[in-house]
Amino acid sequence: MIAELGHAALWMAAALAVLQLGAGALGIRVGEGAGIAVLSRPAAILQGALAAFAFGALLWVFAITDLSVKLVAANSHSMKPMVFKLSGAWGNHEGSMLLWVTVMALAGALIAAVERRLPERTMQATLAAQGFVALGFYAFLLLSSNPLERLPIPAAEGQGLNPLLQDIGLAFHPPTLYFGYVGLSVAFSFAVGAMLTRSVTPDFARAMRPWVLGAWVLLTLGITAGSYWAYYELGWGGWWFWDPVENASLMPWLAATALLHSVSVLASRDALRVWTIMLGVIAFSMSMLGTFLVRSGVLTSVHAFAVDPERGSFILALLAIYIGGALLLFALRANSISEGERFSVASREGALVFNNVMLSAILAVVLLGTLYPLLTEAFDVRVSVGPPYFNPVSAIFALPMLAVMAVGPLLRWRRDSFGRISKELALIAALIVAGLIFFALFEGVAILPLMGLALAIALGVASFLPLRGRNIRRLPISVWGMIVAHFGIAVALFGMASESAFSNEKLAALEVGQSTQVGPWEVKLDSIAPVAGPNWTAIEGRMLASYKGGAPAEIAPQSRNFWAPPQQTTESVLLTRWNGQLYAVMGSEADDGRWQLRLWWKPFVTLIWYGGMLMALGGVLAIIGRVRRDLKRRSIRRKIDGRRADMEDLR
Amino acid sequence: MKAKHQRLVLIVLALIALIGAGLLASYALRNQASYFYLPEQMAENPPEPGQAVRLGGMVEPGSLEKLPDGITVTFAVTGRENSRIPVRFAGILPDLFVEGSGVVAEGRLDAGGTFVADNLLAKHDENYVPRELEGMSEHQAAEMAEETTVGLE
Repeated sequence: MIAELGHAALWMAAALAVLQLGAGALGIRVGEGAGIAVLSRPAAILQGALAAFAFGALLWVFAITDLSVKLVAANSHSMKPMVFKLSGAWGNHEGSMLLWVTVMALAGALIAAVERRLPERTMQATLAAQGFVALGFYAFLLLSSNPLERLPIPAAEGQGLNPLLQDIGLAFHPPTLYFGYVGLSVAFSFAVGAMLTRSVTPDFARAMRPWVLGAWVLLTLGITAGSYWAYYELGWGGWWFWDPVENASLMPWLAATALLHSVSVLASRDALRVWTIMLGVIAFSMSMLGTFLVRSGVLTSVHAFAVDPERGSFILALLAIYIGGALLLFALRANSISEGERFSVASREGALVFNNVMLSAILAVVLLGTLYPLLTEAFDVRVSVGPPYFNPVSAIFALPMLAVMAVGPLLRWRRDSFGRISKELALIAALIVAGLIFFALFEGVAILPLMGLALAIALGVASFLPLRGRNIRRLPISVWGMIVAHFGIAVALFGMASESAFSNEKLAALEVGQSTQVGPWEVKLDSIAPVAGPNWTAIEGRMLASYKGGAPAEIAPQSRNFWAPPQQTTESVLLTRWNGQLYAVMGSEADDGRWQLRLWWKPFVTLIWYGGMLMALGGVLAIIGRVRRDLKRRSIRRKIDGRRADMEDLR
Repeated sequence: MKAKHQRLVLIVLALIALIGAGLLASYALRNQASYFYLPEQMAENPPEPGQAVRLGGMVEPGSLEKLPDGITVTFAVTGRENSRIPVRFAGILPDLFVEGSGVVAEGRLDAGGTFVADNLLAKHDENYVPRELEGMSEHQAAEMAEETTVGLE
């Protein structure tokens, strides 16, 4: 019954999306206040509630393992721990699409409920765009992949969830990314709405900014978590593989990062109008393209799950309609949106434009590299593009961008000169040179990691330079956000460069009682023992690891066997110290009773993910700061209006 | 500078940067993309020894052998037409690596004609077949699909 109610709610939500689209279209044509147009906001709010109900129904059937529902039978198992039963709801194709549309509908409801800055007509156009985008997903769910479909005969037992997905990190990182993608869809709707009513104003940028910031924060967190998941779960000791699925999340992030900065320019300086609109369209295109790449299986990936080529073509069709439509609209309207305020090259805006161009260039490079195999396949040549391409080519644009990032926040808006900040410039340059010399003293550091290390040091210091000469207690929260986010990039960069410059690797076959060396660590295989978990059995290698002859710590990597579905996985062990991580993976037993062991010592590798978290924290601070300032501005305006009304009464 | 001029200069600069990125990318792609080989292609027209390439095929049943050092394994990757490439890999085999299943090996050919793999990519999902293996004969594809797909009754 619950499943049927959920399904019905989905149909009603789709009908409301149609209403939203129609009402908005009428609003644009006839002007605000015209009859049906006033229904936009309530329709959006109700649509959000109904979609949330449908998703709740899906969660419910997964929670009680209702095996008469096809999706549950295919993706769950009565013996799974509850948290993975619930995550099973979105760990598959249909469920993840429902999650997507639910988040999107809730976002629409939120805008409809709270956004009061935009002119009512623009608001209706925005909600219409939002309804239009959601409609494609509703059609998809209702016509081709109903997540709540019943089986004619209930299954006796479920098929289980892929053991690699039974991981707390993986249960939550895809929805995090999804929320980010959806945030960009909201930004897209704002851009389309503003284009339709030709009102690209700083107010529009202020309305859009929290959504872009929020999407960026979630994408940052999702990418960070995904990278850490791949690092410990795949057992390869790598944190970024330039895999199509990873690129699929990186590309929207790059576009969102550019958008984030250009939206700020538009909000505070009323410049870069056309560029901001363009980026709003591109950022959402990238998230749709990412979904397409991940879901369609057109590209080989080590972590694409729930792949289905037929559904891929549906997503591709949606992509073509939305993006094609938006670009057409852009082509028609770009001319009538004037560029706004001017600025000089040596200014905050100038630096941000440079950042935007470099981010776009990196985006182009990653996009080309990701799609290249598809292009060549059309000519029957099979190619896979990997780190030898991505690393140097993206670094060519990333390194100068990071250098300008150190300088940009020191510049003033509108017009400035490099002479004014010559002391800071000299400090940054000196730090880079000193870093290059210092790290070059270590043996065998390749050129890219070397530059990364030096730049990370300089950037880390430079990110705090904007504090100079300012009253720290009265600094706006959003400025703290910028400082923390930029510092996070320096921290992550240091981790990445250090990992690739200084990692030690050791592959050994050990008998019980033997030991081996990796970097400063000595690892001794102490014993081998069988262990069992809720739905797996494993062989555990108990080892003693000691750092530079210090007291040994026990580590126990496992080789696990799951039985539903039957599959073997390795559970790596990470031993974290302040200056790095020891990473151990156990393989199989060799014929003579020795056990395979793979060890890495990775200095400062954890900084990669701490940096990612700092960046996200910076984004959160920026949102808090902006929202607070907006609320304050709103209450002041209300007070002024109130006074004016009082004055008029007196008269 | 007038607003119009500034806008023009910005657009031109952005275009130059983007076109530069595109050109650089396509140049690098032509040179650095590691090419994908099926066993029969590698047997017929082997890549330069030492050049980074990918080899994809099926792990020949019965060919997996562990060497006495305890960390190196050898096996053969087969494709169509009885082609067969010997592979050497030092490391821990991926979780889903089994004889008779699909594999993509990243590495290089050595002078003796053995493929030395740095990395093995096996399927990660019961439904996952490496896309590159789609060109295999129908018989093999059907066999693989049977082995790798868990369907509903």
